[in-house]
Amino acid sequence: MKSFDYVKPASIAEAIAAAVAPGAAYLAAGTNLLDLMKGGVSRPDRLVDVTHLPGLDAVERLSDGALRIGALVRNADLAHDAAFARDYPAVAEALLSGASAQLRNAATVGGNLLQRTRCAYFYDVASACNKRVAGSGCDARGGDNDMHAVLGWSEGCIATHPSDFCVPLVALDATVEVEGKNGRRELRLEDLHRLPGTTPEQETVLEPGDLIVALRLPAAARGFASHARYLKVRERTSYAFAVVSAAAHLTLANGRIAQARIALGGVAAKPWRAREAEAALAGQEATTQNFRRAADVALAAARPSGDNAFKIELARRIVVRALNLAAAGTPERIAALPASPFSIHPGALHDA
Amino acid sequence: MNHSISLTVNGVRREIALHDPRVTLLDLLREQLDLTGTKKGCDRGQCGACTILVDGRRINSCLALAVSHDGADITTIEGVARGDELHPLQAAFIAHDGFQCGFCTPGQIMSALGLINEGQAGCDAERIREGMSGNLCRCGAYDGITEAVLEVQQTLAADKERRVA
Repeated sequence: MKSFDYVKPASIAEAIAAAVAPGAAYLAAGTNLLDLMKGGVSRPDRLVDVTHLPGLDAVERLSDGALRIGALVRNADLAHDAAFARDYPAVAEALLSGASAQLRNAATVGGNLLQRTRCAYFYDVASACNKRVAGSGCDARGGDNDMHAVLGWSEGCIATHPSDFCVPLVALDATVEVEGKNGRRELRLEDLHRLPGTTPEQETVLEPGDLIVALRLPAAARGFASHARYLKVRERTSYAFAVVSAAAHLTLANGRIAQARIALGGVAAKPWRAREAEAALAGQEATTQNFRRAADVALAAARPSGDNAFKIELARRIVVRALNLAAAGTPERIAALPASPFSIHPGALHDA
Repeated sequence: MNHSISLTVNGVRREIALHDPRVTLLDLLREQLDLTGTKKGCDRGQCGACTILVDGRRINSCLALAVSHDGADITTIEGVARGDELHPLQAAFIAHDGFQCGFCTPGQIMSALGLINEGQAGCDAERIREGMSGNLCRCGAYDGITEAVLEVQQTLAADKERRVA
């Protein structure tokens, strides 16, 4: 690992001042950053440790009914917060389907949003990667790319965003509070991550020194609590990133869908909100046939970026299944294998 | 640049001078404090061999910078037995053949301790397996590991019931 200066600021203002410098990076739990530094993928000159900053680890209900989650709240603490899991069950399920218990105990809410792609060519410093070194090329295009993006990718980059947490969050219109050298601002989580285009090295809209201080779920997000699911296909049952995942939220009235909220994971460089599919379901009956039509709409613009045409059909089926599960109702308790479509019991739908 | 931190390691408070901010908790324990029970497997947060408890919570010590953990209370595998008396989890791993080569075992036991502290799995074997998925066992002793953790959970549940009754 390359050496670095370690800075431990006492306040957010001090942190921002220290992190504006070129080559500086924020350190929270470090579960992704230290891994990247050990591989030489990230080579910061200065680490600004924000883990001890006061006031960033609270979960609070705001007067407008929104929930504000401090950026340093640990993934496991949020998922196991009973009130949180009751109000936002698909978010809790997504959190519990990610990484391992050890990593969830350390990893923070803010860090989860900013984790980097797991594209193997991004991780391998001997490979060409436009995201790691701008203009160097993309070895994933002609390489092992069956896990890569099917939506929003460009000739320059076909990597996906790996977060599970972000998928139901973006479906629920979550926003992010950012503090930077010009003060505090709020932006939609949907607008935080960029699609690659011709500048895949620019992954987010954050500026040097910007620090995510909190995440907000608007008051309306609680309205989906009784029909909310997250479903995630992995190459093994646990402790793996999504091949494809989907968050489905519904409100039902008189047997019809009032509102739908759908987002996909593992398919693009950002958590992918499927607004047109949501609109297609409004006022419709909650039937598999209608869900299938919505899934077709959600994946209408998808195209393979390599050996991954299968992901398009897989994504359609996961959307249909997640919607069916959401329509059936949120289970009382999160399944033993969170978000898994499989069961160790042959023939059983363990997640149902 | 020198960074000094203080840690409580297995109940003993230690003042530690770090000569390099790159030192992880794992390397600190093994190389500076001679506590080699915590194993370095992948060193990248994938295998769980380096699992320790920090303030009672299980984490991967290979992905934790020591300099960021000033004031932490750390428990390693060396701190779980009481003298010559094994911790019930250690005894259960032996009784149920929860290992073959033993390399992953300290991490497995620390992870199981964390799992029990978290109180989310109860006596459900499937939840125990899911909760232990961050600990790989190259020898494939998973059945024995699950049985060992399940037995300790069941004993704890029975004890609790007895106390309530």
